[in-house]
Amino acid sequence: MIQLENLTKQFGAGTPVVRGVSLRVADGEFLVLIGESGSGKTTTLNMINRLTEPTSGRVLIDGADVRAGDAVSVRRKMGFVFQEVGLFPHMTVGENIGITPRLLGWPANEIEARIHELLSLVQLESAAIVNRFPAQLSGGQRQRVGLARALAARPKIMLMDEPFGALDALIRDELAADYRAIHDKLGLTTILVTHDMTEAFLLADRIAVMRDGALLQVTTPKELAAAPADDFVKRLIEIPRQRAEKLAKAMQSA
Amino acid sequence: MSDLFSAGFANLPDYLGQHVLLSVSAILLGLLISLPLAIAAYRMAWLRGPSLAVASVVQTIPGLALLALFYPLLIIISAFTTDTFGFGFRALGFLPALLALTLYSMLPVLRNTITGLTGLDPAIIRAARATGMTPWQSLTIVELPLAAPIIMAGIRTAAVWVIGTATLSTPIGQTSLGNYIFTGLQTENWVLVLFGCISAALLALVIDRLLALAENGFAKRSGWRLWSAFGGIVVIVGVSLFPLFGHAGETITIGTKSFDEQYILGSLMQKRLNGAGFATARRDGLGSTVAFHALTNGDIDVYVDYSGTIWANEMKRTDQPGRAAVMAQMTAYLQKKYGVLALGSLGFENAYAIAMRRVHADELHISTLSDLAAHAGGMTIGGDYEIFSRPEWRAVTAAYGFHFAKQRQYQSDFIYRAAASGDVDAITAFSSDGRIAQYDLKLLRDPKNALPPYDAVVLISAKHAHDRKLIGALKPLIGAIDLKTMQQANLMVDRQTDKRTPESVAGWLDAKITH
Ligand SMILES: Nc1ncnc2c1ncn2[C@@H]1O[C@H](COP(=O)(O)OP(=O)(O)OP(=O)(O)O)[C@@H](O)[C@H]1O
Ligand SMILES: [Mg+2]
Repeated sequence: MIQLENLTKQFGAGTPVVRGVSLRVADGEFLVLIGESGSGKTTTLNMINRLTEPTSGRVLIDGADVRAGDAVSVRRKMGFVFQEVGLFPHMTVGENIGITPRLLGWPANEIEARIHELLSLVQLESAAIVNRFPAQLSGGQRQRVGLARALAARPKIMLMDEPFGALDALIRDELAADYRAIHDKLGLTTILVTHDMTEAFLLADRIAVMRDGALLQVTTPKELAAAPADDFVKRLIEIPRQRAEKLAKAMQSA
Repeated sequence: MSDLFSAGFANLPDYLGQHVLLSVSAILLGLLISLPLAIAAYRMAWLRGPSLAVASVVQTIPGLALLALFYPLLIIISAFTTDTFGFGFRALGFLPALLALTLYSMLPVLRNTITGLTGLDPAIIRAARATGMTPWQSLTIVELPLAAPIIMAGIRTAAVWVIGTATLSTPIGQTSLGNYIFTGLQTENWVLVLFGCISAALLALVIDRLLALAENGFAKRSGWRLWSAFGGIVVIVGVSLFPLFGHAGETITIGTKSFDEQYILGSLMQKRLNGAGFATARRDGLGSTVAFHALTNGDIDVYVDYSGTIWANEMKRTDQPGRAAVMAQMTAYLQKKYGVLALGSLGFENAYAIAMRRVHADELHISTLSDLAAHAGGMTIGGDYEIFSRPEWRAVTAAYGFHFAKQRQYQSDFIYRAAASGDVDAITAFSSDGRIAQYDLKLLRDPKNALPPYDAVVLISAKHAHDRKLIGALKPLIGAIDLKTMQQANLMVDRQTDKRTPESVAGWLDAKITH
């Protein structure tokens, strides 16, 4: 279980960008964190694996404060996926995927086996791709490799910051669906950040809405649709429906 | 011409070996300092400004000045360590050259490493942290490999600079390919100058190409490129250094100052020592005081100096007891203070003297400086850039009451021509210069002994002062070269047509002495 307790982050002397965020994510749960640009989603996510240290408040994993040990071993126990992917351009696909196991000192043959296992998990043709460099992949392939890299050391927790944001709509839906299946199959606990309410509705067990550094509402998609906490949340969840209606209209008149 | 070329090639193993040893050491030491400094500056932004500023300032100091600065600095430090800790070190030759070149190599490596690292995509660095790398792992696994092509480009620039600038280490007593250039410039032997420039340029070019291959290897992550580049460098360095370790037994190092006569005498002593079975090395083109310190330090084992120079500069004497007394007192002084052996005079003086066109002098019935004093009021005197501010000039003007109408200064090569063409009436000359005979100039006698004697003396370092075999090899040269012979020998190197190398003139002199 992931617990955020009254997390606050202030950069320098500015106003806090994350303010008193408290949240519990149960084992196996898929939580989507949604909100406007600049609302503090990335900052919140980064405090979970200590890429950013909070100004105050705590993050507990299974009851243990992540700041009790060292940051590096905390990070090795969680998978992290970025929108920019951040594959190491001087390493092959295989080397990229194998990096965390290598840092953890796994034996080479085990790493090798794991790389192939992961490539098939993210539905990439292993033999064709394992020795390529990131520059020789498509955007969708790159994001799948990024996902495989995050999963390599068998983390129980996955943190994903707009992982599908840079992909075209088709690939994006496909990859999102594939990931949800992986989440279920491996029994992961996932926190995924997005701008896209449709994506949130399709993927999430629960949705957390964030605004100006604070959580407005945390609940199931169904509940959120039925009882939005305020006008902002209401407008946010209206967006997919309005778009669907506009689309239907446009297609009729065409 | 072929004589000039073979002289060039004969010294190549020694010069190239020393040049490569110096350059490689300076580059490696430079990397050892600038890479960690650059990494520290990358991690701590406040360090960037100051470290780059210091390296840039160093870069603006001309190479020669930077090299020259380290010599006095090291003398001071060496004197300090001798007083405090009881040991000193060689202030001349390898060490100052190494330090200066090391400093010189730092800027490009520092700048490129900092630029290369700070320019990395932040997303990749974040990914390195997120995958669980420690800062050190992130640096070695991700950041440095990604910045490697840019860092390599900096190393390349540094290597080319160092190899080029290393040629300037000759005057501070470090043998390099610059020996060709400095010897060539002194003896107006342009073939030799060219030989030096081309060999240094070729070396720089080859190393540059190999490092470019390495840079490319890093950029393209191509193993064979990296291996062949580093393999090539190892082979070149190995082959260059090989001759340095080839000498069996002890090597006698012969020093020379930076003018023709010194090169001829250096080669002459070298022939004699080689003939007696000694392995020899040369430290050519040393500054005047540098040469003396090199001998007392044991950096060189033998060289020729002039009694008056040691009398005035080293013993700080201003009195003039006469030629024989100066020799005797100097010999005793060197023996007592440094254990240095003054083996004896070669038989001629290279003294400050005043000369006139023979016809002109005879016309006015001038043969001594006293005769000259009577006519000085209507005359112009020419000299080199140094003489009119030297104590010798003050001594001679005081003794004879000279008041010349005009003084003109020339680069030393042009003084004799100025006298011959009548641009000036009298000149300050060096008595053993071949051009005195060539232009038919007359050396005026000094009846008041106002000018100190400058006997050419063979000096031997304390370490070899009792080496009978070495003394036996050089002893036959003592008293064997008269002024006329030395003038002739100097002229063969100085003259514009039918120019000969110091080595070949040394051979001529050697044969003349033996007969
Ligand atoms: N290192 C930093 N220093 C100063 N301010 C920062 C830093 N990182 C983020 N911020 C600020 O904190 C606020 C929240 O940023 P954050 O990246 O968490 O937002 P976000 O919700 O992820 O936005 P987006 O959807 O655009 O990614 C922003 O105003 C941002 O400018
Ligand atoms: Mg963000």
